[in-house]
Amino acid sequence: MKSLDPRVNRLNLSQTSEGEVHTNTHLVTWEVFHQEKRGKQAVHVGIVHASTPEMALILAKEQFARRGRTANLWVARTSDIYTFRTDDEDMFATVPEKLFREPAAYKVRERIEKFQQQNKC
Amino acid sequence: MQNALKELILQMADDALVLGHRNSEWTGIGPMLEEDLAFSSMAQDKIGHALALYTILHEHMGEPDPDKLGFMRKEEEYRCCQFVELPIGEYDFTLARHFLYDHAELIRYEMLVNCPFEPLAQMARKVRGELKYHVLHADTFLRELARGTEESKARMQAAIRYAWPYALGMFEITDADAQLAAAGAYAGEKERRSRWLSTVSSIINDAGLQVPEPDEAKAIYGGRKGYHSEYLKPLLDEMTEVVRLDPTAEW
Repeated sequence: MKSLDPRVNRLNLSQTSEGEVHTNTHLVTWEVFHQEKRGKQAVHVGIVHASTPEMALILAKEQFARRGRTANLWVARTSDIYTFRTDDEDMFATVPEKLFREPAAYKVRERIEKFQQQNKC
Repeated sequence: MQNALKELILQMADDALVLGHRNSEWTGIGPMLEEDLAFSSMAQDKIGHALALYTILHEHMGEPDPDKLGFMRKEEEYRCCQFVELPIGEYDFTLARHFLYDHAELIRYEMLVNCPFEPLAQMARKVRGELKYHVLHADTFLRELARGTEESKARMQAAIRYAWPYALGMFEITDADAQLAAAGAYAGEKERRSRWLSTVSSIINDAGLQVPEPDEAKAIYGGRKGYHSEYLKPLLDEMTEVVRLDPTAEW
């Protein structure tokens, strides 16, 4: 079938014997972390496929640092990232109920307001 | 001196425009998604450099506006080297050209950071970081493929060998060369060639490949004087197909 895209036609894909697409078998994935400014935390932004850390970095640069501000990028082999099992999620289930662990839950607001009133000049 | 400077800027702009267009032909058909995007982005950078250079010619040197300069000249008025005109071929050639060309380009800008013509010096300082990434990308791919499989190594070696005479053609000397050197504006193509040769040679050797002989007699010249390969005309026709329908249209 002739493509409508002139660039594809120029490649003469139909004339080569290796025109079929092969599944990627030799590239692993790398997790990419983006750091906006020096000293700020690196935030996970996605993955890239690459054969080496150097390749992962150069590919990550255009995928994740093309727009906006960037100070640095980190990459880590996906297989080096350790996680809990997905079905262990119930370990975290009661956390939202433990409001007493959050400063906003303490009933000190009234006392603060009273203090502020007294010290008004 | 003004004319010699114009000549140099036009060479730089035409190189960037034509290679930027060529490299953008990989958009959508790159070897893998990540590389498709990275390579397209660098092609876009090159078009951006061309625009910045045509803008300097327009704003400071009395030349027509960037669209006219980029799209409305005759083939023989282009000053790009023949190297950038060649079809993209397969990815081995594209990478070899990317490697050989981008190092030469970075060196040219480095030689211009203290150019007394301030708009050009300013631009040279601005694009340095961008080009640093371009050559890092090229070096990483070259090293990776040279150390990959027997086939990838052989293909990169063959691609460098094929590209070599064209790459030497980047450093074609014109009348502008001596004038610019005398005025202290630009040290010239001979100097650029020798810096380029030492840089690319060490990277090629380091990757375990062989550096072809830098035989000047084999260099493919002509482009800087308006003699182009058979590939430039069709590229210009395709690139200007839409703009020629109505050159005065507002976009």
